[in-house]
Amino acid sequence: MNLVDSLIRTARRRSPWLFHLNAGSCNGCDIELVACLGPRFDVEQLGIRLEGSPRHADIVVVSGPVTRTTRPAVETVYAQVPDPKVVVALGSCPASCNVFAGSPTIEGPLDRIIPVDVYVPGCPPRPDAIIAGIAQAIDILANGRKPGEWASETPTDSDGSAAEPAAGRPQPPGAGTPRSEGRDGGTP
Amino acid sequence: MRIVDALLRLLIFPGLVYALPAAWLMVWVERKLTARLQRRLGPPFFQPFFDFVKLLAKRPVARPPLQALVMTALPVLAVAAVLGVLALLPVFAGGGFSGDLVLLASLLEVPPLCAVLGGFASRSLYGELGATREAVLSVSYSLPFLGAIVALAAAAHTLDLATLMSRPLWAVRAPALVALALCLPVKLGVNPFSVTNAEQEIYAGPTTEFEGPRLALWELAHGLEWIALTGLWATLAFPVVRFAWPLRIVVFIAISFAAAVVITAVAAATARLKPVQAARVYWQWGMLVAVVALVLAMTLY
Repeated sequence: MNLVDSLIRTARRRSPWLFHLNAGSCNGCDIELVACLGPRFDVEQLGIRLEGSPRHADIVVVSGPVTRTTRPAVETVYAQVPDPKVVVALGSCPASCNVFAGSPTIEGPLDRIIPVDVYVPGCPPRPDAIIAGIAQAIDILANGRKPGEWASETPTDSDGSAAEPAAGRPQPPGAGTPRSEGRDGGTP
Repeated sequence: MRIVDALLRLLIFPGLVYALPAAWLMVWVERKLTARLQRRLGPPFFQPFFDFVKLLAKRPVARPPLQALVMTALPVLAVAAVLGVLALLPVFAGGGFSGDLVLLASLLEVPPLCAVLGGFASRSLYGELGATREAVLSVSYSLPFLGAIVALAAAAHTLDLATLMSRPLWAVRAPALVALALCLPVKLGVNPFSVTNAEQEIYAGPTTEFEGPRLALWELAHGLEWIALTGLWATLAFPVVRFAWPLRIVVFIAISFAAAVVITAVAAATARLKPVQAARVYWQWGMLVAVVALVLAMTLY
């Protein structure tokens, strides 16, 4: 059993698949994320793949300050990703709403809507900063936020983990309480 | 004796024990070569294995019972069908039976059918779109594919794979091989015919809604299809039954992987076609080659 667990942990560490979710971003962060896949940074060396479907993903990378129109999509996509999953907030917008803070059409920052694990600040962040953030997310994916969080022996129901904010998540100053009633609709 | 022989083929070589590591190796070769051709370093050697284990360890999403059953049964059926194709490949003499060519051709049609049904069963808009594209494409490439196989069978006057391999008949076999080679990229879903899965364009095509273990089964079926289709082409291009037995396996594996390298290089050098363009390639050029093979088979032999 111990051997199986360590194999699963290694597999999770070496095969993180990303889903990129644009929640009203200006495309700056999106371009930097795509630059990570190119010849200069080539994150496929780490086993990272950018997947087309949230059902295939392990790490959700969210860019943008979460506008009123994208909020339902953010909630749906987060609920569609199967456990174990980790959320990376890409750039300043999902962390603090950046220059859009206070706008009536913005529902962010992101951690009011879904629980966030890793923040990658910057406007936009450089690709090496993004890779460092994803590496942190990979560590959470392999080892859990607290010991034994992803233990393979205790399967929970699929929408259970969406509602509870786990201990040990970073809380930026001024963050509201996470409101995340997981909605599992169709495709985004 | 026959049952032991068949089980050995299904489970050992060219079946499960050979095909599972070979499928992972071939998927790695495909990804690594694509990366090198794009001046990247590419994934580590054990990447497909770790992808498979990770997907198996993901927790399945809660679904209505019937949908969960169908969405699990379809990829299992696809894996089983490809394993059947592998067991029928004429690498060894004397294991086949009269009519196994028909069984092989029909088993090869099962994974695309499963993909179509799976896309519709998932009830996702993008899954249905991918399934529609798969259905359209399989109608267009099945004509040259089956045409080439019928031409081979008509020239050799047999439906027995091992007998068919042992006869030279190069005037028919050459155009038939060209037609089959044309069909390999579309059956494997790689560029320029990656119309069905169309990464990012329609999310992930038929597998959009499949998660965790179910997706792992699809990936497994896909890897095994690489081995089965390149293996079929290899046994047709170089009838390995003639060689002595250790050499036979080496030649079979070498030609399979050479075919995979060529397919990958073409895929890395081309862009995706529109569905209508891809269908036209098979209706026009694929059919032309297959009809040449058929006419030669009818007139010469």
